[in-house]
Amino acid sequence: MADTNAPKPSSSVKLVLLGEAAVGKSSLVLRFVNNDFQENKEPTIGAAFLTQKCNLPTRTIKFEIWDTAGQERFASLAPMYYRNAQAALVVYDLTKPTSLIKAKHWVAELQRQASPGIVIALVGNKLDLTSDSAGTAEVSGDGDDNAEDSGDARKISTEEAKTYAEEEGLLFFETSAKTGHNVTEVFTAIANAIPETSLKSARGPGASHAGVSRTEEQRVNLNGPRDSHAKEGCAC
Amino acid sequence: MDRDIEAGSIDTNNNNNNNNNNNNIQKNQSNNIEAVDHVPPLPPRPSRKLSDDGASGALHVTAASKPTTQVSTIDISTLSFPDGSRGTFSTSATSATRSVASPQSSASGYTSPRTDPTAETVSVASYPATLRPPGDLADLVTGEFNRRSRAWSMLRTQSSSVQPFEASRTGACDTLAGFEKEFDDIPELGDKGITDEQRLSLWKSKMKHYMILSSAGKPIWSRHGDTSLINSYMGVVQTIISFYEGAKDPLLGFTAGNARFVISTQGPLYFVAISRLGESDAQLRSQLDALYMQILSTLTLPTLKNIFVHRPSTDLRKPLEGTESLLSSLADSFTKGSPSALLGALECLRLRKSHRATINNAFLKCRSDKLLYGLIVAGGKLVSVIRPRKHSLHPSDLQLIFNMLFESGGIRAGGGENWVPLCLPAFNNRGYLYMYVSFFDSVDTAAESQETNNPPSSSQDGGPPPPQPQPPKPIPSPDEEIAIILISADKESFFDLKSMRDKLALQLAKNGSLALIQSAARQGRPRIETILNLNNTQLTTESQGQGQGQGQLSHFLYKSRANVQFCQSSLSPAFESPLSSSSPGPSSSAPEKGSSVTTSSERQRTADKLLVSRRRLMTLYHHLHSSIHAKHSHLKVLHLVSEDAASLAWITPVFEFYCVAGPNMSRGVMTQCANKVVQWAKREEERLFIIGGGVF
Repeated sequence: MADTNAPKPSSSVKLVLLGEAAVGKSSLVLRFVNNDFQENKEPTIGAAFLTQKCNLPTRTIKFEIWDTAGQERFASLAPMYYRNAQAALVVYDLTKPTSLIKAKHWVAELQRQASPGIVIALVGNKLDLTSDSAGTAEVSGDGDDNAEDSGDARKISTEEAKTYAEEEGLLFFETSAKTGHNVTEVFTAIANAIPETSLKSARGPGASHAGVSRTEEQRVNLNGPRDSHAKEGCAC
Repeated sequence: MDRDIEAGSIDTNNNNNNNNNNNNIQKNQSNNIEAVDHVPPLPPRPSRKLSDDGASGALHVTAASKPTTQVSTIDISTLSFPDGSRGTFSTSATSATRSVASPQSSASGYTSPRTDPTAETVSVASYPATLRPPGDLADLVTGEFNRRSRAWSMLRTQSSSVQPFEASRTGACDTLAGFEKEFDDIPELGDKGITDEQRLSLWKSKMKHYMILSSAGKPIWSRHGDTSLINSYMGVVQTIISFYEGAKDPLLGFTAGNARFVISTQGPLYFVAISRLGESDAQLRSQLDALYMQILSTLTLPTLKNIFVHRPSTDLRKPLEGTESLLSSLADSFTKGSPSALLGALECLRLRKSHRATINNAFLKCRSDKLLYGLIVAGGKLVSVIRPRKHSLHPSDLQLIFNMLFESGGIRAGGGENWVPLCLPAFNNRGYLYMYVSFFDSVDTAAESQETNNPPSSSQDGGPPPPQPQPPKPIPSPDEEIAIILISADKESFFDLKSMRDKLALQLAKNGSLALIQSAARQGRPRIETILNLNNTQLTTESQGQGQGQGQLSHFLYKSRANVQFCQSSLSPAFESPLSSSSPGPSSSAPEKGSSVTTSSERQRTADKLLVSRRRLMTLYHHLHSSIHAKHSHLKVLHLVSEDAASLAWITPVFEFYCVAGPNMSRGVMTQCANKVVQWAKREEERLFIIGGGVF
């Protein structure tokens, strides 16, 4: 692959993370931005703003990430963060059923109120606590200490969440911020899913809040083809 | 009326005079004596009795097995100011009942109302001092007091360099035994190998507890123990408090054994502090107030009221979710002992006046219209502040902010820039402000990597590269981290403030201020040796020969009352902890995992020791502080000697000064040192403190 120092078109993408408290939003971001993980991280207060670049073959995406606090009392501030966002990561905890319900509420709110073209990814985090982590996570060492409870802490099956994601036209991933499994893949997939036309190759801090004007036809239905064959799951 | 109830063997009647321990000396002192020291065991001195026949009875400190209570009931009207001038204080001059303005009256005053024959050894010290009106602090506290037998003096000179708290450190009867485990978590219910009884005894072994509950008895927060453990206790507490509430006679506090319970009621919330660390009621109450402020800061007062007006049985844990760690870190800073909380004052970074002015000017120049307050903070010490002309920042609000940023890891650990809605209750408890926070280290390295425009790594086809595993950055110690805090009333102003921050960071880097701040932060607090030696040259005549050889102060606190700021000397070597961070840096330990276990456990042990020795120091300061501020005491100078340490508190309308030295330091030397430090602080005032700050 050619050296990437050649200037590639670069654009900013405003991305917001939403989800119940303590599902691992900040940990996902920390893994993506600093490739780091902190056990027992303290709750985010308000929101944190971080940036990270993502290199695609044809262009560079600079994510401007709003990592929001999950507690209920911050919910009223959320519109401030998802307004004009081009992408959203709605995170739930694979081991906690209520967190998926909360995630569905967020998806609904985003579909109702956020920019029409927003790319939404549904992310089930804490894969390292489930039994399939042994097979999927390549990273060694980190997860060994709780081997005994990593048996079947999973409470939400892949099928259930995946079915829902397909129905709603969301990207879907199961990740582990602890091991790093699938984390970059989520962001890469989002970067790829952002329609070229919505990238105003703008840089600088003001770019994302300057407002992104897009029209309805640019809305992408990522799982469109598969939609018709949606498996019957819990269609709520 | 408020009421103290007493449980256990202690009672507060004035004419009670039997085996008193520390605690009730402290309680009674407003009636009887100005101050009494800790009463450690094994005194080589005769026991002393103090009394005050002005009160209905007399409190006798019978020092059977626990003594060395040297009390100076010095009540002087004349002191030398740091600038060398001497004056009479209006406070004591106007207090007619105890007119000590003239030497005659004070001398006679001591003969009848303050002493009885048994207190002779104590009161005699006051005579020479008060009989010489133009004396300075040194005159007042030297003299006959320290005269001892020759053998004692010789013994003393041999051990002049004993450090404070050496006796406790070596073991014997340590009231702080087990304090190093104070902050360990109590295992969860269901953890293997631990029974309920063990959990309970762990819980009971904690020396300090805080509980918050609603008036309906719902638990809201407790520093130690989970709900299953403490629910029943919360119930008991609620029953006791509401009993007295019902009788329109609110309960303020009580003592059980060696634990002091203090209760504070704030609307629908009950706050309880339980301490075995010897803090005074007023101190515990101010700690509870701070916890209440933290809750208000999360919810605002109208919200809190609304919640309980509509449903008095609401579980407040849900709305407060996520702030438990803030409450805990606040509580832990009190338990560890925070001079800032004790003095109700802020600590500033010591900087040259011109440097501070440069920073202030750069700050003002970059100011965004949306800005309400702007702060630069390095390691919990204020560097610069800018504010509107008609508003100033209240220390209790800053305490909440500093706690959030520097004590609790929530914001610092996340990296990036933060946008935090919070209420500053002392500023306005009805609404939220929005706080932009960025730490210099994290953001700047991030900014650099962006500017270099290097892709993180060569990308593979069809996908971006995984984020490059960056080499672990050298984690700056929390004492050196520099944060910019910008506060606005407009919740949409994040990007305005962010660009202000970027401009400011550029400015500070360009004019060299950033480096100055960093080096000042690295330098740490001034060391006592340096201060005293600086003064040496000017004061050699005053120092009395062997005085210098007698060791020196170990630590001091100096509060400037006008500025509501304080400074303190470096804790090293006597109290310095190599691991000063309250929470172990999560990533800092990761790379060293391979290093041998012994070193890390050793390090843990030294850290524990230092934690305890710091607490010991702070306990002494708490004691000094409560004694000298006791209601009706009107103390100006207080000198305490115990087996462990000698200490001095000195209060004027301008400053409060507290210092600690080894137990064998003579009063003369101690006062000389105190004078020097105070003169130094006066000289350095504009470096040590922020006077005014940038105003717009």
